Amino acid sequence: MWKRFSSNIGAMIGVVLLLAVILIAIFAPLLFSHTPWQMVQRPFLTPFTMDGLPLGTDTLGRDVASQLAYGARVSLLVGLVSTLVALLIGVPLGALAGFYGNWVDEGAMRFTEFFQTIPNFALAIVLVAIFEPTLISITIAIAIVSWPPVARLVRAEVMSVRKREFVDAARLAGLSRPRILMTQVLPNTVSPIIVMASLMVATAILLESSLSFLGLGDPNAMSWGYMIGAARTVIRSAWWLSFFPGIAIVLTVLALNLIGEGLNDALNPHLSRKGKA
Amino acid sequence: MTKLRATTFLIAATLAAPLAAQQEGGRLDIVVQPEPPGLMLGLVQNGPTQLVAGDIYESLLRYNSDLEPQPSLAESWEISDDGLTYTFHLHEGVKWHDGEPFTAADVVFSADVFLRETHARLRASLTYVESITAPDDTTVVFQLKEPFGPFINAFEAGTMPIVPKHIYEGTDYATNEMNATPIGTGPFKFDEWVKGSYIHLVKNEDYYLDGKPYLDEVFYRVIPDAAARAVAFETGEVDVLPGGSVENWDVPRLTEMDGVCSTGAGWEFFAPLSWMWMNNREGPTSDVRFRQAVMYAMDRNFVKDVVWNGFGKVATGPVASSTNFYSDDVTQYDYNPEKAEELLAEMGYDGEAVRILPLPYGETWQRWAEAVRQNLSEVGINAEIDSTDVAGWNEKTSQWDYDLAFTYLYQYGDPALGVSRNYVASQISKGSPWNNVEGYENPELDEKWAAAASMVTPEERAVAYAEIQKEIVDDVPVAWLQELEFPTIYRCDVQDLVTTAIGINDGLRDAWVEE
Repeated sequence: MWKRFSSNIGAMIGVVLLLAVILIAIFAPLLFSHTPWQMVQRPFLTPFTMDGLPLGTDTLGRDVASQLAYGARVSLLVGLVSTLVALLIGVPLGALAGFYGNWVDEGAMRFTEFFQTIPNFALAIVLVAIFEPTLISITIAIAIVSWPPVARLVRAEVMSVRKREFVDAARLAGLSRPRILMTQVLPNTVSPIIVMASLMVATAILLESSLSFLGLGDPNAMSWGYMIGAARTVIRSAWWLSFFPGIAIVLTVLALNLIGEGLNDALNPHLSRKGKA
Repeated sequence: MTKLRATTFLIAATLAAPLAAQQEGGRLDIVVQPEPPGLMLGLVQNGPTQLVAGDIYESLLRYNSDLEPQPSLAESWEISDDGLTYTFHLHEGVKWHDGEPFTAADVVFSADVFLRETHARLRASLTYVESITAPDDTTVVFQLKEPFGPFINAFEAGTMPIVPKHIYEGTDYATNEMNATPIGTGPFKFDEWVKGSYIHLVKNEDYYLDGKPYLDEVFYRVIPDAAARAVAFETGEVDVLPGGSVENWDVPRLTEMDGVCSTGAGWEFFAPLSWMWMNNREGPTSDVRFRQAVMYAMDRNFVKDVVWNGFGKVATGPVASSTNFYSDDVTQYDYNPEKAEELLAEMGYDGEAVRILPLPYGETWQRWAEAVRQNLSEVGINAEIDSTDVAGWNEKTSQWDYDLAFTYLYQYGDPALGVSRNYVASQISKGSPWNNVEGYENPELDEKWAAAASMVTPEERAVAYAEIQKEIVDDVPVAWLQELEFPTIYRCDVQDLVTTAIGINDGLRDAWVEE
C-alpha cells in the first residue's frame, strides 16, 4: 500500500507540503522572536525590504511572516480536531444505522438529513455567533456541520459489508451482534473513512478561514482567515497582507487534497483512475 | 440617542475666505451612512438623520468652532445677569416650507410641548426651565428656576429643532404622516427619498437670508459598503465623504488625489471622546493602581498615528480639549511600561485575566483593541479580547459584564451636558450603556459636578471644572484614550462647507461650488 502511495508523485508533493506546514507550526516560537501580535516595526512595510521581516508588516506594524507561522497552528489544530470530532459523531451513527437497519436506520438517517438540509456554512455561522467565537466553539461548530456525510458513507459501507460471507460466518460462529460490528464490519470500512477524513481536514481549514474572514474567528488566536479579513480593507494599497495567507491556505488545502487522492488510489486500487497502469 | 456611529458629519475649515463672491447654482452629492431611519429631526436625532435633516430644520442658534453662539432663527438674544432669563428675538418674515408663517408660537410649541415628549436629552435640560413664553410673534422668553450654565448650548439644531406647530399640534407625533415629507424652515426643502438609493433636497427659494443658499440641489447618497463609498468618491460620483464614511486606511489614498481636500473641523460641538470603561466594582480593575497601570501601559500616541492616521488627539482626561472648561493641569499618563509594571507589582497583581470588549464598529476599533491588548500583555497583564456584535456590546456594557470596554460619547459643548453623566453616582443604573457604566462613586466630586453646573459666570465654572478634572484624573475611573476626529473629505471646489461646530450637519446654508 505504501508502495502504491509513494509512487504517486502528487501525493508525495502533498506530504512534503503538509510536513513543511506542520514543522513551521510546531517551531513557530523558535523561528520568530516576536509573537504575531507584537508591533515591531512601522506599519505597511513591503516584503523583502527589511532583514528579519521577510514578508513585511501589517496595518499595525506586526510581522506578517510570524503571523503566517502562528496562523498555521490554528488552521491545523482546528482542521484536525474538528475532523476527529466529526468522525466521533458520524462513524458510530452511520455504523449503527447501517448495521441494525429498520427503525434505527430510519431514525438516524432522518436525524442526519435534518442537518444536511441546512447549508453548512450558514449553520456554522449561526453556531459560532450563538456560542461566541473561541477556538473551541469554532471547532465544535465545524464538526457539527461536517459529520453528516461521514454518517452517510459509513452507513453505506456497513450495509454492503454486513452481507458478505465472512460476516455470516462470524454469526454462525456465535459472535454477538455488537462484537461482529466492532471486530468484523467496521475494520473493513476504514479505508474510505481515512480518505474522506483527509479531505475533511482541508474543508475544515477552509471553513475556519471563512469564519475568521467574516470576523467570527477567535479574536485571541492569529489565523490565516483573520489575516485576510483584516487586510481586505487595504487590499489596494497593501497586497501582501492578503496574498501570503491566501497562498498558505491554497497550499495547505492542496496538500491535503493530493494526499487524500493518493490515499484513495492506494487504498482502493480497483477504483484507481484510468490511465494509470 | 447620544451615541452616534462613527459615520456622519463634518467638513472643512474655510481656509482663506475667498475674495470672489460666492457663486450660485450647482449640486452636491454627499454620502450618508448608514441610511437614516427617518428625517423628522424632532423624533430621531441620530447621526445620519441630523446630517440630512440639519438642512431642513433649524434651531434658534448655531455655534462657531469656538462654540460661541451665532444667529440662526434668532437674530439676537440676551441673558439676564442672574442667569435666569433668556430672551430671543426671532428673524422676521420666516416661512415654513409649505408657505405658512413661522412665529414665536412654533418655538414655544417645539420646546415646551413637542420636544419635551420626544427628546430625552433636551428634556433633562428643560427640567431647569420654569416657563417658555412668547410675548409677541418674534420674541421668545425662557425663564429658568435656577442658573444652568450650559443652557446656552441647548439651541443647536439636533438638540432643539424647531418643528411646525400647525402640522403637529394635537396629533400623534410618531405616526403623523407628514413625518415622511418633513417641513422645516431651513435652507433646503425635502423633495424625494428613494429608499436604499438617495434623498433629494432642493433649494428653498423663500429662505429668509438674502441670496442663500447658493446650491440648487443636494443628493444624499446611500452606499452600504465602505469600499464602494471610496470608489464612488474616486470616480466623481459623490463630492463629499462625511467623517467616518470610509475606513481610516483609505483616507490617505483619497486625500492624496488631485483636487481633494480634507478637514478635521466640524466636530467641536460633539467632541467625541473615546475611553475604555474599567469595571470599578470587581476584579483587578477595582484597584486604582491597576487602572493607573493601564494608563501608563498604553502607547496612545502610536494608536493615534497608526490606527487613526494622525487624526485626533490623545486625551488627557474626561473633558475634550475643544470644548469649554477643558483643563490640562492634570496628571499626564505618558507611555511608561516600567511605571505600569511597578504599580502592578505594588498592588500584587496575580495575573488574573481581564477581558477587553472592543467597540464593534469595524476594522479600526478591532485593531485598536488588539494594540491595547498587546500593550497590556507587555507589562504582564493577562488580557484577552472578547468578541462581540452591536447587540452584544450593548448587553454586556449595560449589564456591567466586562472588565475593560471601549466606547466613545459626545460631549455637546459643555461638561454638564456630556461629561458628568459618566462619572456621578446618580447616573449608575443598570440597563443603559450611556451612563456611569464603570460604577465610579465619589460623593465629594458629585457635589462639585452639581455645583459647577449651576454657577452663573463662565469664569467661576472654569475654576470649578479645573478642580474636578485634576482630582478625577488621579482616580482614573475610566482609561481615557483619544479625542476622535473624523476627517471630512471633499472636492476642493466646494467652498464654505464646514463653518460651524457641527460641520456639514448645518453647513450647506453657506456652501457653494466654484466653477
